[in-house]
Amino acid sequence: MLTQAEVKELRRDFPILQTKVKGHDLIYLDNAATTQKPQQVLERINKYYLEENANPHRGAHYLANTATEAYTAARLKVAKLIHAYRLNEIVFTKSATESLNLLAYTLGQGLKAGDEILISILEHHANLIPWQFVAKMTGAKLRYLYLSPELEISEQELKEKLSSKTKILALTGCSNVTGTRANLNQYFKLAKDFGALTVADLTQLVPHGPCDVREIGCDFAVFSGHKMYGPMGAGVLWGKYDLLAKLPPFHYGGDMIERVSEQDAVFAPPASRFEAGTMNVAAAVGLATAIDYLQAIGMAEVDAYEQALTELAIEGLSKVPDIELYAVRARAGEPVHRGAVLAFNVRDVHPHDVATILNESGIAIRSGHHCAEPLHRYLGINATCRASFSFYNTEAEVEQLIQALSKVRQQMGLS
Amino acid sequence: MDLKDLYKQLILEESRNQSHKRELPEATHSGAGNNPSCGDELELQLKLNPETQVIEDCAFQGVGCAISTASASIMAQLLTGKTVDEAKALLHDFIDLIRNGEVDSETEERLAEAMAFADISHMPARVKCAVLAWHTALHLLGEEIVDDALTEEFLD
Repeated sequence: MLTQAEVKELRRDFPILQTKVKGHDLIYLDNAATTQKPQQVLERINKYYLEENANPHRGAHYLANTATEAYTAARLKVAKLIHAYRLNEIVFTKSATESLNLLAYTLGQGLKAGDEILISILEHHANLIPWQFVAKMTGAKLRYLYLSPELEISEQELKEKLSSKTKILALTGCSNVTGTRANLNQYFKLAKDFGALTVADLTQLVPHGPCDVREIGCDFAVFSGHKMYGPMGAGVLWGKYDLLAKLPPFHYGGDMIERVSEQDAVFAPPASRFEAGTMNVAAAVGLATAIDYLQAIGMAEVDAYEQALTELAIEGLSKVPDIELYAVRARAGEPVHRGAVLAFNVRDVHPHDVATILNESGIAIRSGHHCAEPLHRYLGINATCRASFSFYNTEAEVEQLIQALSKVRQQMGLS
Repeated sequence: MDLKDLYKQLILEESRNQSHKRELPEATHSGAGNNPSCGDELELQLKLNPETQVIEDCAFQGVGCAISTASASIMAQLLTGKTVDEAKALLHDFIDLIRNGEVDSETEERLAEAMAFADISHMPARVKCAVLAWHTALHLLGEEIVDDALTEEFLD
């Protein structure tokens, strides 16, 4: 596992982590919202614009070639990272949200009244509101999987909700609130018995450990580049080639056609079909460098270290009176593999107040419902605080979080 | 590579060769291929003898750059007189050549004049021009080319 000395060395690649906030060292614990970007990624984007930029796929000149090569290499890097079957199964979008909208708009065209879309109450709004829209447009029903006392989705719950009416099962691989990791492989197998299409939201999974779409066994997967040390503006959609090839386009315009006449057009095969207009090539190229960076550390190393940090936070905060944690719990006698995220509340203090008080010590956490409002309603709470971890966070930072949180009630004039 | 290598004498001549650039009224197989980004449009026709499985004639029409037209012309000459199986093998050999820039010496002999395109593998923007006819022919013979597969070994 990464040592504290190694973590300190890695931090040198992230100049922004040297920021001072109100005289304190910044402690950045909002990594589930977006991660910071290493120097290597920033330099790569710069190099792209300094030396390689043109509009890819559109010319025989030198820079059109360098841009096309850089963009294709980025696609290949992403394809290899998640073990795609084919290069053109990787579609670049602007975000995981756009990837999910693409799926909702295109898969949704095949739905009719009486069909069911099944998601879980853990979903981020990105994997929830697009399906609400589809349900409203088609008359299909949006159904939810609810949680066990451990904040997990039980197999029993899935079996009760799955039926031949289920056309789409869309599940997060890891909740951005509770850290619940779904047993996607097993759940998607069950869904396949009913012929449902399966969508995996891997946004909180890909940055934090090894991820293999072949192993997960989904039909489609999405994730976001900026939550894994890449720049904002590059999201990913992966789909099995034959399934992508059956989908209609989502956006229409340049570079997504086979041929065009005045009244009609034949569309290009995947991935081009889904990449209308000029893409954010620099963001894709930056994402590829972020993948190199993560892989140089080792995805399994990242996973082990972030797990340990999360456990350290959970252990420390469990001992602080008047703090309630909303983390997935281990079943008796079983280990639990949590996401690197921890939601909590300080009794009688609103999360926004907690976040503001922590900011006074330079600690950055998120407060609110983290784009998971139905989950908060289901848990019977209005909002939560959330600390989320990266490999560049230190044990000392986690200790400082615990220290700062143990003083919050006092600072608010509560005993 | 420099311009002279790209526009070799042979390629220039073949781009103007009309011997197989014509309509084939007795065609058994017809189909179109195109490169939307550069505007190459190719209409390819084969005349296959159903009993002997020999391609008795091959012709093309359309609009394309010198590379795609020369490539179609050379391919049409090479396919004429081949059996379907021989033709498919040759089509795959050419696609391998363009992908890898080289093939073994036996394959070089089979590809004959088509070896003039070996250097295209260094010019990603022109690869599509060189393979257009060959992909279209494979399609007509019932084969789809998957040129972006990531094999298990490749991932490891």
